[in-house]
Amino acid sequence: MGVSAASWIHPVLALALSPLLPGVINRVKAFFAGRNGPPLLQGYHDLWKLFRKGGIASRTTTWVFRAGPLVNFACLLAALAVMPLGAVSAPLPFDGDWLLMAYLLGLGRFFTVAAALDTGSSFEGMGASREVQFAVFAEPALLIGLAALARETQSLSLSPIYAGLAAGGELPLRILLGAGFFILYLAENCRIPVDDPNTHLELTMIHEVMVLDHGAVDLGFIQWGAALKLWVLGALWAGLLPLGALPGPLVRLAAGAGAILALAILTGMVESVTARVRLLRVPQLLVGAGVLCALGLLLTFR
Amino acid sequence: MQNGIGILLIFLILTDLLLLGSSRLRNAIRIAAAQGVALGLLPWLAHGHLTGAALLLGAGSAALKGVVFPALLNRALREIHVRREIEPLIGYIPSLLIGTGVLAAAFAFGARLPLPWESPSPLLVPAGLFTLWTGLFLIMARRKAITQVLGYIVMENGIFALGMVVVEAMPLLVELGVLLDVFVAVFVMGLLVFHINREFDHIDADQLDALKEGVP
Amino acid sequence: MFVHYAMPLEGIYLFGLLAGALALLAVSGVGSLLAGRWSERWAVVLGAGGAGVACGAGLAGAIGALLCRVDLTVARPWRMPYGEFRLGLDPLSAFFLIPLFLLSGLAALYAIGYFRPWKGRNPGRFWLFFNGLVASMALVVAARNGVLFLAAWETMTIASFFLVIFDEADSRSAHAGWIYLVATHLGTALLIGLFVLLGSGAGSQDFGTYAAPAGMAGGLFVLGLAGFGTKAGLYPLHVWLPEAHPAAPSPVSAVMSGVMIKTGIYGIVRLLVILGTVPGWCAWLVLGIGAASGILGVLFALAQHDLKRLLAYHSVENIGIIALGIGLGMLGVHAGMPVLAALGFAGGLLHVLNHAIFKGLLFLGAGAVAHATGTRDIERLGGAMKRMPWTGAAFLVGSAAICGLPPFNGFASEFLIYMGAFKAILGSGSAALGGVTVVTALALIGGLAAACFAKAFGIVFLGEPRSAAAAAAREVGGSMRAPMAVLAALCLAIGLLAGTVLRAMDPVVAMLAGNPSTVAAPGAVWVLMPATLFGVLALLLGGLLLLAALRRRLLAGRANRETVTWDCGYAAPAASMQYTATGFAQPLTQAAEGILRPRVESQLPQGVYPASGAYHADTPDVARRMLFDPLFRAAAERLGQLRWLQQGRVHWYVFYLVAVLALLLGWALWA
Repeated sequence: MGVSAASWIHPVLALALSPLLPGVINRVKAFFAGRNGPPLLQGYHDLWKLFRKGGIASRTTTWVFRAGPLVNFACLLAALAVMPLGAVSAPLPFDGDWLLMAYLLGLGRFFTVAAALDTGSSFEGMGASREVQFAVFAEPALLIGLAALARETQSLSLSPIYAGLAAGGELPLRILLGAGFFILYLAENCRIPVDDPNTHLELTMIHEVMVLDHGAVDLGFIQWGAALKLWVLGALWAGLLPLGALPGPLVRLAAGAGAILALAILTGMVESVTARVRLLRVPQLLVGAGVLCALGLLLTFR
Repeated sequence: MQNGIGILLIFLILTDLLLLGSSRLRNAIRIAAAQGVALGLLPWLAHGHLTGAALLLGAGSAALKGVVFPALLNRALREIHVRREIEPLIGYIPSLLIGTGVLAAAFAFGARLPLPWESPSPLLVPAGLFTLWTGLFLIMARRKAITQVLGYIVMENGIFALGMVVVEAMPLLVELGVLLDVFVAVFVMGLLVFHINREFDHIDADQLDALKEGVP
Repeated sequence: MFVHYAMPLEGIYLFGLLAGALALLAVSGVGSLLAGRWSERWAVVLGAGGAGVACGAGLAGAIGALLCRVDLTVARPWRMPYGEFRLGLDPLSAFFLIPLFLLSGLAALYAIGYFRPWKGRNPGRFWLFFNGLVASMALVVAARNGVLFLAAWETMTIASFFLVIFDEADSRSAHAGWIYLVATHLGTALLIGLFVLLGSGAGSQDFGTYAAPAGMAGGLFVLGLAGFGTKAGLYPLHVWLPEAHPAAPSPVSAVMSGVMIKTGIYGIVRLLVILGTVPGWCAWLVLGIGAASGILGVLFALAQHDLKRLLAYHSVENIGIIALGIGLGMLGVHAGMPVLAALGFAGGLLHVLNHAIFKGLLFLGAGAVAHATGTRDIERLGGAMKRMPWTGAAFLVGSAAICGLPPFNGFASEFLIYMGAFKAILGSGSAALGGVTVVTALALIGGLAAACFAKAFGIVFLGEPRSAAAAAAREVGGSMRAPMAVLAALCLAIGLLAGTVLRAMDPVVAMLAGNPSTVAAPGAVWVLMPATLFGVLALLLGGLLLLAALRRRLLAGRANRETVTWDCGYAAPAASMQYTATGFAQPLTQAAEGILRPRVESQLPQGVYPASGAYHADTPDVARRMLFDPLFRAAAERLGQLRWLQQGRVHWYVFYLVAVLALLLGWALWA
């Protein structure tokens, strides 16, 4: 299941379809709230609007502020180069690409936090402080989960790992890691129960407040980047589903995309029925995710 | 030759006893200078042949100990207006008695010391040890800092004498190093004595415990 | 491409370069001191020029020696008992000489500009000790005789001590120097014991004839780990690091943190080479200490608000990471997994080089900020990026590198260690457990380091200045900027060219991990850094440039406005309303309160419209407070009972000497 022409479809697909994901989530939440909600393609409309606007920036800021969204976006593009979907290999896989992916997310986060601190605003500082705190607990969980997958499939690159998972693999492992990765997905993408993307109160925001001062093209890159992050982490989760039985790489890709959309729907449901967890309890939640992943790792030692 | 070196060593022991018993600083300096000049002859007397290095060594150390050190010390004496050692920590009679006892011990040590080479004279090791001890005793048992400097010079004389035993001709570099060390020490101590006197109006080394750290 | 055997002639030339560099350092140091009494300019020219030329020559020699795989020893007799002037140049020594000369040369250049405001003092004093430090460090790495090694080690300590207390106006630096001296000498005492034991078998202090007495290999390794670990800064023997490194002038801090603590690592690794095989539990010990140093180091760094103290704690953390790599390598050797061994040692050693570069860069940057603003307190800084753009950009590169973020060099070494850990996890048995420990520890360390440097970089360089001093900052001169630029460029270059660097390091790794031909293919370590990785990194950089161009094109010709930061409608925003460093780190420091035990003075706001409030948190080192201070206090009390011996009179002291000597002589002759 090596690199093929179909591998290059995934990044294009991701870029094209990812703005759909926030739309799906919002639509599901609206459905649960008895509303109509914004159109599914709202993400595309927003991007089109933002990329046509003129820029605005705070006097306090420097080039770091302008670089933040770009670095974040570039990191996600590079992550797409190594991320497989639906057991179809990524375009540029190599041994250890899981580490590169985890650290690319970290690089994006570092520059987003730096851009937030650049504005000299106390709100954004608050958001940045909380964001880095969560990352401390989320990174070990992610890496332990990846270690479990690596040991189960006895390979060191994401593409063979997911290809191996698709072929066979224990159900308990999938369930444990599925739960763990889902919590990480919610945390990294700032969804309830970790963070409320719809709140208007700056004091309660985490991710939203870090990008409060960005506008126009920068905000466009940020929103598209957020959508891409939903896609990449969704692909990470979707690979746990047994999609290998399907014939042909294109079908598998489509199934993978469908799984990511299904995950978005699930996210919308979770956002609608649960409340936001108290800020002090979020590390506990993340440590819980880590424990789930560690349990998965222990299972592979049998 | 045996007689020559024997006479020199007995002269050395006598000067040591004189130092132990003397209270006038000017005299003590002269005695120590005489010791130094006499020791300048020792390399030649000990080994018989007159190598260039031995000649240079002897002449150099004789000049240093006979001329330069006494000059420095006398200058220090003039600056601080001191003439006599007053009330030493160990009195002059007890010093002489202890000195005699130590001389006997030095002979005993000398007899038992296993030497790799034949000593030029059976008196050499005891005389060297006794001179060394005299220097240390002067440091221990006298109050004035000038006397302590003198004791240091006498100590070096003792080391020099002992050195004649251990090597055929003392390596030039080692002896020059020792001389330099003593020169610097004398120079520094001279300065120190001057400054101590300026600061405290006296050079009583036993009063220096005022500088000691307080008991916690 | 690389010569696979050492041609004796080349070896002699390269060794000659090294020897020439050492001699030049000694001469220029002394010359600078003497020249400084007449002309300050000449003192600087002699000192800095000598250091620069010597470091350049030494660097060329070291790189050449590593590439040509030189392995030779030169010996000259020396009149010290058991001593011999025996110097060697093998791949291990050559590898450690590279960061030494590189960073020292750049720090020397930096010091020219750094000391310009210090008029009216003899600059030769600095250059004497600085050049002496560099020369003695090089001698430590090249020594092949125990006595020579210890003499160079002690010279290194003394030179750095005088540099630590160089700023006489600061009373804290004297205290810091004192702690440094005590700690380092305790370590040296252990090392003396180690060398005596090692040399007892053959009766000689030649490294070539060193052998562990039967069954003592483990014990000797622990002794060496403690002795060298004190210099390296392993927990809990690190207590001098956070005192000494901030107190020293910044170029010296950079050299101390970047190179001097690596001589401790060199000692441990050389000990491994000498001992050959050590018991398996030694690997676990190293792993445990590495994890503890890494995690505790970065936790304490989070709680600091003195910029240089923060960086010093990060040195402890990175030494922990290096120890994790070495421990993983030792585990691989013990478990018979050559690939694991190669990965672990390669990662640890590459991190030695990388840390020297980015830590040097960070200290030089911090020094520039302190130079421009007059303060090291993060809470008083801010907005430095606008006023010092070059320093800020360099510090950003250094921060990203130290967090291990791609595409910089920190990522390459952490990549190797992670790969080793995962390979271990894929295996079975105790090696897998080691792998899990390493992964957990490294992941925690990575997250905490990112938090800490987001704080350090963000609060110091971004936002608005929090004090008048910070607002008055101006960019530093060229001699201070150039070294930072070079180091930043190296961070990126090594990050992108890590494969080539690894290939050059192959003989060093082979020395530790075993014959390279057992590792899948001849010299196969660099195969484990696949070319595709660098392809993706290039893609990242290319994509970033493309996006930047796209953004500029999109915004061109449109109305781009400037305004104030969103202040939620507040009428009078002020710089003091920004997030403080303590506040930024507070969620994490509060979670780790039990470990950090900060001393907090707070005055909480009272009432509905509070007029004032205050919060100040101080985090002294826990190991010092809980372990060493009580230990030393108890020792002082016990030994204080011997105070009566200390009369304060010279007469008594001489008497003690003479009495003991006489007793000894009597005992020797009559017993």
